[in-house]
Order: sequence, then C-alpha cells, then structure tokens
Amino acid sequence: MKYNSQKVAYWFFALSMLLLSLQIVYGFIMAFAHMGYDGLHPFIAFNTARAVHTNLLVVWILSGFMGAAYYIIPEEAEHELVNVKLAYIQLISLALVGVVAIIGFHFNYWEGRKFLEIPRPLDYLVVANVLTFLGLILTTLYKGKKRTTTALVLSMGLLFAALLYLPGMIWFDNQTMDSFFRWWVVHLWVEGVWELIMGGILAFLLIKITGVDREVIEKWLYVIVGLTFISGILGTGHHYYYIGVGKTWLVIGGIFSALEPLAFLAMALFAVSMYRKGEKKHPNKIALSWTLGTAITSFVGAGLLGLAHTLPQVNMYTHGTLVTAMHGHLAFWGAYGMIVFAIISYTLPNLTGRKLFDSMTGIVAFWLANIGMLGMTVAFGVAGVAQVYLERKMGMDFGDVQKEIQVHFFVLVVCATMFATGIGMYIYEFIRYGTPSKEALLTKD
Amino acid sequence: MLSKSQARTFFLGGTIITFVIFLGLSWTSLTKEVPKRTHDENLTADVIAGKHLWEKNNCMGCHTILGEGAYYAPELTKVVERRGEGYMRAVFSSKTPWAPRGRKMVAHNFNEKEIDQLIEFFKWIGNVDLNGFPPKPDYNSTINTK
Ligand code: HEM
Ligand code: HEM
Ligand SMILES: [Fe+2]
Repeated sequence: MKYNSQKVAYWFFALSMLLLSLQIVYGFIMAFAHMGYDGLHPFIAFNTARAVHTNLLVVWILSGFMGAAYYIIPEEAEHELVNVKLAYIQLISLALVGVVAIIGFHFNYWEGRKFLEIPRPLDYLVVANVLTFLGLILTTLYKGKKRTTTALVLSMGLLFAALLYLPGMIWFDNQTMDSFFRWWVVHLWVEGVWELIMGGILAFLLIKITGVDREVIEKWLYVIVGLTFISGILGTGHHYYYIGVGKTWLVIGGIFSALEPLAFLAMALFAVSMYRKGEKKHPNKIALSWTLGTAITSFVGAGLLGLAHTLPQVNMYTHGTLVTAMHGHLAFWGAYGMIVFAIISYTLPNLTGRKLFDSMTGIVAFWLANIGMLGMTVAFGVAGVAQVYLERKMGMDFGDVQKEIQVHFFVLVVCATMFATGIGMYIYEFIRYGTPSKEALLTKD
Repeated sequence: MLSKSQARTFFLGGTIITFVIFLGLSWTSLTKEVPKRTHDENLTADVIAGKHLWEKNNCMGCHTILGEGAYYAPELTKVVERRGEGYMRAVFSSKTPWAPRGRKMVAHNFNEKEIDQLIEFFKWIGNVDLNGFPPKPDYNSTINTK
C-alpha cells in the first residue's frame, strides 16, 4: 500500500463480505421453499427472500467495486484520496440504505420490479450516495499526477453505471414501457458498463501480478471494452423479443447478443496470455487463482451459458424459466463475484501488511466455492431444461412440473452447502488478516 | 500490429455508432410499435391501479409477467385466458394462503375494488402482442401407455 487513504477500501470489502453471507442465507430459504419446505412462509415469504437475495447481491458487488476504486484510483493517479472522512460517511450511508431496504422488504415496503425493488424514496439516497462516491473518485483522478487508461476505464464504468440507474426510476403506466427501461438498467449494467469496471480491475491486477508492460495490457483493455459495447448495447434486444415491442429486435437482439460472448472470450484469452507472458511471478498465488478464475468462469457463465438461450428460437421456450436462473448464477458469480474476490485477495496483504497468502485454507476456499457454484449451476440447469420440456413443450401444468423437478433442488442445496463452506473459509481468512495497519505503508506490495 | 490509439478509436467509434443506432431503434419502438401492440388506448384508470397493486405487493417476486420475474409461481401474462375471471377472484379473495399444489401464495386480502383493478390489469396485458410468447405446447406424438 502506497497511500494511507487506500485503507478505506478495507471497510468496503468487509461490508461486502458481510452482505454476501446474508445473501447466502436467503438463497437457502428459497432453495428449501422450492423443495417444498416453506415453514418460513408466514414470516419470510418467497418474494421477500428473493428481493433480499438479489438486492444484497447487487449491494455487495457494488461495495466491492467501490472498495476496488478506493484502492486502485489513488495508486494509479499517484495521489491520496481527496477526502477520507467523506469516504467513511459514504460507506456508512451505503450500509444504512442497504439495511433499511432489506428490513423494508420484510414489511411490504418495496417496489415490485425485478432487481429494482428498492422503493423510490430510498432510490434518491442511493443517488446521493453514489454521487458522493463518484465525486471523490473523479476529483482524486483529476488532481492526481497520472491518468492511466486503467483508471479511466474503471472510472468511466462507475460513472455510466450511476447514470444508467436513472431510467429505472421513471414511472410508466404501461408494463411494456416499464420493462423496456428496466433493461436499460439491468442489461446495460451487467452486459455493458460493469464489464468496464471488471476490465479495469482485471487490467490493474494483471499489471501488478504478471508484471507485463502496462502499454500492452491497456491496449487489449480497449479492445475488450470495445467488443463489450459494440455487442452489448444492441444486444439489449435479447430482452425485447417477447415483451410487446416489434419484430426488428428479434433480428438485432439475436445477432448482437450472440456476439457478446466475444468480449468474455477476449477477457479470458487476455488474462491467460498475460499470465503466460509475465516474467514476474508474484508470490500471491491466491490472488492469481481468483484473477484467472474470474476471466475463465465469466466466459463460461456469461458467455457460453448466455449464448445457450440468447437466440429468439430458443429464448421463446426458455424465457422466464429456471434456465435463466442457471445462467444468472454462474454469470454473476464468475464475472462480478470473483473479480471482487480477486481484488480483495490481492489487496488484503497490502492493506494489512501481513503476507498470509501461502495458506492452504485460501486454496481450498477457492476450489470449494467454485466447484459448489458449478454444481448449483448444473442443478438449476437440469431443473430448467426439464421445466422447459414438460411445461412449454408438453403443456403440463406449472405446479405439476414443479413437483417433478423438486429433487433437483436437493442437489442444489448440497452444492450450495459446498459453496457456502468455501465462502465461509474465505471469510475466515479475511478475518485472520486483521485490519489495516500503519506498517503496511512501509512494506512492499 | 494494432496500436493503442487504434484500439481506443475502435472502442470509442464502435460505442458511439452502436449507441446511436440503439437510440434510434428504441425511439421507433416506443413511439410507433408500443402504442399499437399494447393497445395504449385501453390503459384505463383501473388498469393502471392494477399495475400499482402488482408492484406494491411485489407479485413479480414469485411470478413472471411478460416472462420476467421469479420462477416460484406461474407465468401470468395470459392468466385470464388460461383460468378465467372466476378462478382469479377466488385466488385474490382467499383469506388463507392459496396453495393449489401445496406451494403457498401470500394471502393478500384484496377488497372487491382492488380485485376488479387487478383483473382489468391482467385483461389488458393478456391482449398485448408478444410475438407468440408464451409458446403453445407442440408435443403431438402419442404417449405409449403399454
Ligand atoms: C456477466 C455478465 C452477465 C450477467 C451477470 C448476466 C445475468 C443475467 C441475469 C441475472 C438474467 C435474468 C434477468 C432478469 O430476468 O431480470 C439474465 C438474463 C439473460 N441473459 Fe444474461 N448475464 C450476463 C451476460 C449475458 C450474455 C453475454 C448473454 C448472451 C450471450 C446473456 C444472455 C441472457 C439472456 C438471453 C437472458 C434472458 C433470459 C430470459 O429470457 O429469461 N447474458 N442474465
Ligand atoms: C447458497 C447459495 C445460493 C442459493 C441456495 C441460491 C438460490 C437461489 C434461488 C432458489 C433463487 C430463486 C430462483 C427463483 O426465482 O425461483 C435465486 C435467485 C438468484 N440468485 Fe441465488 N442462490 C445462492 C447464491 C447466489 C450467489 C452467490 C449469487 C451471485 C453471485 C446468486 C445470484 C442470484 C441471482 C442473480 C438470482 C436471480 C436469478 C433470476 O432471476 O434469473 N445467488 N438464488
Ligand atoms: Fe442481457
């Protein structure tokens, strides 16, 4: 760690891990409900559990991104963060908004729009919070000595992510319009600007871990984010096939979204070839595993499993079934969960000054979490494909089909237990590192 | 070999061009297609109130509509056609959780007026032209029972 203000990143990562743990608890509640064990229904109905699960997901990922930015921007810009106190206030207010929203979901205080359940009054607080965050990051970048491509791509991603939140706050009387603009947030986030954030963090990690020349890494970063936007913006059309807009989107969405995996493929090839090329062998093997892991798993989860249902002829049958949940899990985990884990694994030794990265626990955590998540993906996939055939092809009633596929949720719970164990071990390691220290400023990263 | 500034031009150029096309297509869709395909003129006060109820109770947290939502309970875009009004009234007014196959719905205790509004909302959305979604089951081989 080179700048004292980078320490604030630690607390964003800690918040991130805390919220992830809670997210997993609500995941189990839903998995058991799918198996028929819904004893919690009177207190935590499925829609409550689901809103909590997905909103915690978004908040822990965003908290991880913010921590990453607070660590990376000072280092890249060669300038202390302009106002550390404000950064802590921003952290606390983020946690508060999150907690209020989650509690509200238990008392019918929400706005039932998938992924955007946070009620309107709280949305304004989210906006204020994110503006504070952006203000701090952008001023630091502006005042800094350097403006590297890595820092620019990361900041651009964060800025656009904030702007794209706004279309989700407009009220429409027409459900089709509502859905149309909801995708400007949800799709253009995960298949657009968040990929810039991911690419920026990935480039930073590769520069640090492999020692490959910055110019080379940043050149490919431009190519990757170029591919992302060229395919991803018009790829939004893959959500417009069947919501009440015209047939043009079947063609446009089909073609461009089928190109989206290229950006993820490029990311995977990029990470692996930079690793091969690198002379420097950084001793932090755990950070390296997560870095290569995120590039590869995102290609599988987002790229391949996205491609699997993105053509209109297929999506007609899989749209709104458990097939979507299969893809949603591995894509979110591989791309955005794992990149947060990668930056945490790389920065923790630097923030705390304790180089505990040779531990067996960290390696086991990596494999348990990833194999567990792959298993969950398979369980959702089998349940989803069975659902598609029985319900959409053969015309069986929804409820009868759900009875048939209950058994796959048992498999889901087994794999989820493995996943949760891996996460538990990772968090144990996180705690073992302790909090940031003064000495960390003196040790080499 | 590609230089860094060429890579940057690829990124900026590609983004701007596709974004402009996207805005153009969106504009045409929203102004020309949506009003016709969704029968904008039928968006009565009751339909809109029904949409409010749909959101206020986070029905999308269990069901899908237009294929979007959760996978715990049935897709509802064509529910009027599939179940009919009478069945829906029974579900909406149930005092205990409706649970036709063991899986429980929240007992919302809607009043008569709210039930009317919800039904108007579902009638409206059932008439939106969805390019053929949800698909009609097309399995037409005979099942061998021997
Ligand atoms: C990291 C990137 C990605 C993430 C986190 C992600 C996540 C998700 C999530 C959560 C959904 C459900 C959304 C909802 O119904 O509200 C979804 C839907 C979908 N995704 Fe992705 N996705 C990613 C990339 C991709 C890519 C690259 C493709 C295509 C090649 C793709 C294709 C699809 C399709 C077709 C649907 C609609 C499914 C349906 O009709 O129900 N996704 N994605
Ligand atoms: C113990 C672990 C987990 C379990 C048991 C679990 C289970 C579930 C279940 C049952 C659903 C609801 C599907 C439905 O609507 O019927 C769901 C939704 C979802 N979960 Fe998880 N989950 C877990 C962890 C995660 C993690 C780690 C992530 C992300 C990194 C994640 C991302 C999502 C997303 C994006 C959705 C919405 C999917 C969609 O609507 O298509 N989950 N989860
Ligand atoms: Fe998408």
